[in-house]
Amino acid sequence: MKVRLLDIAHARSGDKGDTANVGVIARKPEWYPVLERYLTLDAVREHFRGVIAGDVERYELPNLGALNFLLHGALDGGGTLSLKTDAQGKVYSTALLRMVIDVPDDEAREARLPGAKKWPSYTRSHRE
Amino acid sequence: MSSLSSATTSPGGRVVRVAAGQGFWGDWLEAPRRQVEGGDVDYLMLDYLAEVTMSILQKQKERDPKMGYARDFVGAIESVLPAIAKRGVRVIANAGGVNPPACAAAIREVARKHGVSDAVRIGVVTGDDLLPRLDELIAAGHPLANMETGEALSTVRDRVLSANAYIGSVPIIEALAKGANVVVTGRSTDTALTMAPLRHEFGWKSDDWNRLAAGIIAGHIIECGAQCSGGNCLYDWETIPDLANVGYPIVEGHEDGSFVIYKHPNTGGRISVPSVTEQCVYEMGDPRSYITPDVIADFTSIHLEQAGDDRVRVFGITGRPPTDKLKVSIAYRAGFKAVGTLVYAWPDAYQKARLADKVLRERIAALGLTLDTILTEFVGVSATHGRLAGPANDPPEVQLRVGVRGTDKASVERFTREIAPLVLNGPPTVTGFAGGRPKVEEIVAYWPALIDKSVVTTTVEVLT
Repeated sequence: MKVRLLDIAHARSGDKGDTANVGVIARKPEWYPVLERYLTLDAVREHFRGVIAGDVERYELPNLGALNFLLHGALDGGGTLSLKTDAQGKVYSTALLRMVIDVPDDEAREARLPGAKKWPSYTRSHRE
Repeated sequence: MSSLSSATTSPGGRVVRVAAGQGFWGDWLEAPRRQVEGGDVDYLMLDYLAEVTMSILQKQKERDPKMGYARDFVGAIESVLPAIAKRGVRVIANAGGVNPPACAAAIREVARKHGVSDAVRIGVVTGDDLLPRLDELIAAGHPLANMETGEALSTVRDRVLSANAYIGSVPIIEALAKGANVVVTGRSTDTALTMAPLRHEFGWKSDDWNRLAAGIIAGHIIECGAQCSGGNCLYDWETIPDLANVGYPIVEGHEDGSFVIYKHPNTGGRISVPSVTEQCVYEMGDPRSYITPDVIADFTSIHLEQAGDDRVRVFGITGRPPTDKLKVSIAYRAGFKAVGTLVYAWPDAYQKARLADKVLRERIAALGLTLDTILTEFVGVSATHGRLAGPANDPPEVQLRVGVRGTDKASVERFTREIAPLVLNGPPTVTGFAGGRPKVEEIVAYWPALIDKSVVTTTVEVLT
């Protein structure tokens, strides 16, 4: 089943130099294992490919039902150097929550994950 | 000296209440007064310093030796003077910037003006400012290498504006022990401003790693003010009540290191496990190693539970010994930048903005401007989320936002003259240029480094 992160998680992001961090938090404690299993490092790398210049790191905080992602090279140099509107990475939070992850149907049912809706266009590239 | 009298006892034992009144320089001016008037608190904690604030203050001090501190703090103190003088509330702030003595003098003047000089004892913490010692330190073999790039500081030495070591709770505790009721520091860590009063009141030892880590995490949770009490909260944001009247957070600290985050009654916002969790993960790196001068806190040990309306209990926190280094915040001149904007209206707003960007870039190239970077964003289409935002569906308007950066000031200045002409000689249905020519800003960049703890000595003076 396809699950949009925005429906099962909330998030906050911030900066450290040219790195943005996104803490992704399960909306319900019982949904954290889904994040831990299916919101993988590779999936997040792929999501932000071409959007950030560097690599991604992933940390687990089961005590808070949260994962922490570090997005390197995300802020055009960061701080005062950056020319970006979001120089401090404040809104990378919802950029990550646009992700749609694949969860096996039985697990999704057991965890009572919301929505088998179709989320067609959240990650599609621009046609320039 | 401890101030047992200022703290209260609850059925769960003695508590110490530390209220957050400012999350950064520029935060809500009403918050400090509301925190001391909304209910009983023991300490008011005001955090003013962001990474580049020190360099701005250093520039101000160069122009006037009596400046170089957070001016807002003077107004904040004025608004809470009755609580300090009559109710025993103590204030701890890193408002001193690069000139804590001048900040203290300004506070003294305000106290005198209101006839409460005797009741205000200002503790001044200095020693974090390494700028006067920089060449001596480099000569003595401290490279102050950039933590991100590894480059030695000598590569930008002649452009350094400020250099301050992040200092911990020890000098703040010393000031409190000497009887200060307003403590003014320079570049203290944000978290030490909260941990220090808890450690002082409960007498936590310098190797009581778990309690010290708990104090640091209490500080992390409230250091951004209302960002843990409903402000900037994504979780069910549309249901958070009365943000106009938002209550700033207060730590109710307990001797065992556990604490409760709460806010005053009859205030807006919300303190819940989700709102506090969002702040816990804010600006987080490796959650097991939140390094401070006093202790390394482990964020994977934090436990949160709802303990009543707008009350979240935090417990179980562990820590371990710190490193023998202090982080140093260095700011240096790194060229110039300018950002120009224009707004294009429907129909085809995005296409028009894209054409304008193309025209602008052709003109920049034809002029031969020397720029390191040109960054174009389309606000309303992709400025914040890039390609992840999906396709633009002919939006009602799009803001073209072009930023440039470079070391040649004349080129950056010339760029700022190329925006307005596009209104008459570029694509149509364009507006939003009333602000005039973009401003050229000098870039003051941040250079994080480490230094041996042993070479940084802090001094505490209590003015009587």
